[in-house]
Amino acid sequence: MAWVNAIIQGILTGGLYALFACGLSLMFGVMKVVNLAHGDLAVVAGYIGVGIIASTHMPFLWSVPVVVVIMAALGYALQRTMLQTALSRGELTTLIVTFGLSIVIENGLLQFFTANTRGIGVGSSLVSSSFKIGSQIQIGWLLVVVFALALVVLLSLQYFLSASKYGRLIRAVADDREAAQLSGADYRHVFGIAAAVAFGTVALAGVAYGMTTVIQPTTGTDTILLFAFAAVVIGGLGSLWGTLLGGIVLGVAQQIGAQINISYEVLAGYVVFLAVLVLRPQGLTARRSQS
Amino acid sequence: MSAVAETTARSAEKYRVTRSRRNVAWTGLGALAVVVVLALFPYIVYSGTTAIMVQGLIVLTLASMWNLLAGYAGLVSVGQQAFLGLGAYFVLIPAMHGLSPFTALPIAAIGAGVAAVPLWWLISRLRSGYFAIATWVLASTIMLFIERFPSIGGGTGMPLPGFSGFDPVLLAADTYWAALAVAVLAMAAVYLLLRSRLGLVLTAIRDDEIAARSSGARVGLARMLVFVVAAVGCGAAGGILAIDQLQVQPGGAGGVFSVQWTAEMAFAVIIGGLGTIEGPILGTIVYMVLQQTLQSYNAWYLIILGLVAIAVALFARRGLWGLIDERLHVRLFPVGYYLWAPGETRRRNGRGSPAGPVGPGGERGNKPVSRRARRRLD
Repeated sequence: MAWVNAIIQGILTGGLYALFACGLSLMFGVMKVVNLAHGDLAVVAGYIGVGIIASTHMPFLWSVPVVVVIMAALGYALQRTMLQTALSRGELTTLIVTFGLSIVIENGLLQFFTANTRGIGVGSSLVSSSFKIGSQIQIGWLLVVVFALALVVLLSLQYFLSASKYGRLIRAVADDREAAQLSGADYRHVFGIAAAVAFGTVALAGVAYGMTTVIQPTTGTDTILLFAFAAVVIGGLGSLWGTLLGGIVLGVAQQIGAQINISYEVLAGYVVFLAVLVLRPQGLTARRSQS
Repeated sequence: MSAVAETTARSAEKYRVTRSRRNVAWTGLGALAVVVVLALFPYIVYSGTTAIMVQGLIVLTLASMWNLLAGYAGLVSVGQQAFLGLGAYFVLIPAMHGLSPFTALPIAAIGAGVAAVPLWWLISRLRSGYFAIATWVLASTIMLFIERFPSIGGGTGMPLPGFSGFDPVLLAADTYWAALAVAVLAMAAVYLLLRSRLGLVLTAIRDDEIAARSSGARVGLARMLVFVVAAVGCGAAGGILAIDQLQVQPGGAGGVFSVQWTAEMAFAVIIGGLGTIEGPILGTIVYMVLQQTLQSYNAWYLIILGLVAIAVALFARRGLWGLIDERLHVRLFPVGYYLWAPGETRRRNGRGSPAGPVGPGGERGNKPVSRRARRRLD
């Protein structure tokens, strides 16, 4: 029964990992930017959330859209300035710049907010309440809410990209930048919009992580970036639903590892990641192999 | 057409190809003199100074390796701490069995290199950016794996045995000499590697990967070689780090598997000048100055270093050495080739040769010349 419990917990945690991963996936798919600062930006969103609640005593639910809007604006600004310049210099520069950003953010947070852990106070009984199935399986409502949030985000991202005007523009620019430019789309603005959307999901990921456990400056790379990446690779590059599957596989692997020995939790996830890299480098869902 | 044929025929007679515009013997002698003076440092300066210089030499070794990876092979690795850590443990484990840590240094270097082969096989399937994060995941995985073994210190690490009864002054001097030897060997290895056929293949890949591939360059093999060499260098540096700190601590700030090490080596290379042999030296000096000035302010040196590296990457891509090179046209370690027009002599106003440098140290944009130069050399 404990194993079934571990699998259910793993599936629910997988939703959170998919939430981590979709921003990374989106930025790579549209702009070919592998954002090494992805996780640290999520942590920044978490700290903004903590700060807003502490300073304005705003209810938790109201603070979420505020954080999302702030991060989206930051994403647009960062894309139009630093990332756009880096992109025009080439792939190597983009990697160097985002890696630099990651180190600067992480150490900056350490300087200003110390290494202490912080949690986002949800301010309701949701955090601790859970429901039981049978006698041994206990599921926290919070994880269910986060999983549902991940599903909603993935569905809206899917709808946004396939049906909305800006989504079509983003896909057009991702496919052929020059042709889109010739048809009157300013690719820089479209990239900015895509970055804003990606940073919005990053904000949700940071807040969700802060709700479920605690955040500290090193969480960004240790946990969020690496887990997001593992989910993307396991699921298959460039597929939103593959990312969800990848997140779930990673989550289940970690929970099963933790069931064997609590210290195997993270390691078990990476072992599965490496196994997928060896046996199925194109990911679980990709149809044709990546060259 | 006949004119072209005639020029080609004539060029075959009178064009000359050299490594440098100036005589490199002087640079070689200068480098030798610098190394000799550095080797005498334990007799001249206080041990506090050599202790700081050991840190500098470790970063210099790491930076040369990262420069080889990113600057010449286009492999951005943010997981080089994996090999640094492995090197430290390959010194710790033999030391626990009675071997002197200094004797274990070659084991550290070779062990890290051997470990790099299967790891390369794992991650070479991923391209550029995803390759970068994959190296990071690998470093994390290796750390988590090593932390599972309490006999070698588990998650908290353990002190390095084998130095009880050592005179501290002698130990400090020995550590310094070992660090110097590793740094000099690392730089010499990079220099010779880039002057070899591999250097030519790497330049061809950098200029046009598909063209290089189709003309028979073994792109994957060249990259793997660079990855393994970089692992050897980082492993040796990790061994020195273990001896210098007299302990091995896996994770956390300052641990051997901390990403901070990769940040330091990468920032030093970018600030000094990516893709030049001189760049890592300059970058390491900048790093040491900042680190020593700001050492009482915790991680501020890393923040400032990161911001400077971002600015340099965006606005002065060739780094500090690039700025110097633009004005003075010097290259201390020539790894490319110069093409001399017929009748041209060495001292022509001290200014550039007609073609400019080509090859691993040169710039893009001299393709016709570089192709001709390469054909003549094959």
